Amino acid sequence: MVFDLEVVARYLPFLLEGVGITVEFTLIAFSAGSVLGLLLALGRISKNPIFHYPAVAYIDFVRGTPLLAQIYLIHFGLPQIFGYTPVGYVDALLALTLNSTAYIAEIMRAGIESIDRGQMEAARSLGMTYVQAMRYVILPQALRRVVPPMGNEFIALLKESSLVSVIGMEDLMMKSRMMAGRSFRPFEAYFTAALIYLALTLTFSRILGWGERRMGKSAQG
Amino acid sequence: MLKVKDLHKKFGNLHVLKGVSLEVSKGEVVVIIGPSGSGKSTFLRCINHLEKPTSGHIFIDGVDLEAPTTNINVIREKVGMVFQQFNLFPHLTALENVTLAPEKVLKVPRSEARERAKALLSKVGLSDKCDSYPDQLSGGQKQRVAIARALAMQPKLMLFDEPTSALDPEMIGEVLAVMRELAEEGMTMVVVSHEMGFAREVADRVLLMADGVFVEEGPPREFFTNPKHERTKAFLSKIL
Repeated sequence: MVFDLEVVARYLPFLLEGVGITVEFTLIAFSAGSVLGLLLALGRISKNPIFHYPAVAYIDFVRGTPLLAQIYLIHFGLPQIFGYTPVGYVDALLALTLNSTAYIAEIMRAGIESIDRGQMEAARSLGMTYVQAMRYVILPQALRRVVPPMGNEFIALLKESSLVSVIGMEDLMMKSRMMAGRSFRPFEAYFTAALIYLALTLTFSRILGWGERRMGKSAQG
Repeated sequence: MLKVKDLHKKFGNLHVLKGVSLEVSKGEVVVIIGPSGSGKSTFLRCINHLEKPTSGHIFIDGVDLEAPTTNINVIREKVGMVFQQFNLFPHLTALENVTLAPEKVLKVPRSEARERAKALLSKVGLSDKCDSYPDQLSGGQKQRVAIARALAMQPKLMLFDEPTSALDPEMIGEVLAVMRELAEEGMTMVVVSHEMGFAREVADRVLLMADGVFVEEGPPREFFTNPKHERTKAFLSKIL
């Protein structure tokens, strides 16, 4: 048996249709997760128990359970409880967003906590409120520091988004399964899909690396 | 101006301040010396509530910091603080370091804040460093920016927490010169420092803190030449 390039060529446009969905899910979940993750991190850091404990519980739950279980829970579990008809697209996006939110929250928390305590003290000693000190002094510094781990999270999310194929999303993974079924060439199908994922992650990490260097230049200490 | 009554501070089981009282009147310069770990910095940090006192009272301009109605942020606007480690904001230029709090806290218009900041930076001898980032400044320059930053809030009281201890010897002079000028202009200052020359020439009063209490206080001439307590004598013999 040889690797059938002709099959790959025939199905490539079909697979690339799935790339759009994969990238779309990743970008949306990452963006929404970044905003929510930052808020969650601030809650986790807060000394107010009303914010602190729910944030801790949420982060622990999401990071301590498989994404696959979360997808099933949202897509099949919630409709059973609340009696509505599930929409795969919404559930997939929701699961990916809620999942990345928890991981991003921990990245943000680490970034904020890495800023020297003296920065907060200096800001507070000038009469700034906690919120002002966070906004103008701590976060601008912390956000620069989290760029590299955020890049890793983006790559991880891109790969894990393949799990939404289990609820019927026609992303790259799903398309490769369909290709395998139709062409009876599973190796060609999955190997090509894997290579496309690799191309995507390499491309994005190049872009992120370039962004990092630019941030580094403008950061000036 | 500043009145501290029977201040105690405990960190867990560690009793750092054991009943400290101090009154500082307007325009007075008070220098606190003492061995490390004696509570000098903690005392200073209690004055603007960077540390919350365990018990006792602090009054600034007659306002009781411990009163539940007191807004600590408003008090801090009037109390400038200079730190041993400078704590400049590294993502902002020297000028932006100085304008940030007036703009955000006092809502001073940007152009006015910038004008005032430029004047303050030239006062501390750094008019040519407005656009430099902290990383591009020497230790002495950083500390002078930090002083300008504190002054931008037009404080009535300035606290200095070992402002020259992290500096290379040749940079200490430039920072002390700025502080001396400030003292001459009538700023009320509480300085924790081991710069005996500064204490001798600029201070109105020198205090020795040891083991969480003020052991001795007096005008510098008397304090240095004729100390009364054994503890003071022992300390001075080590550092002079």
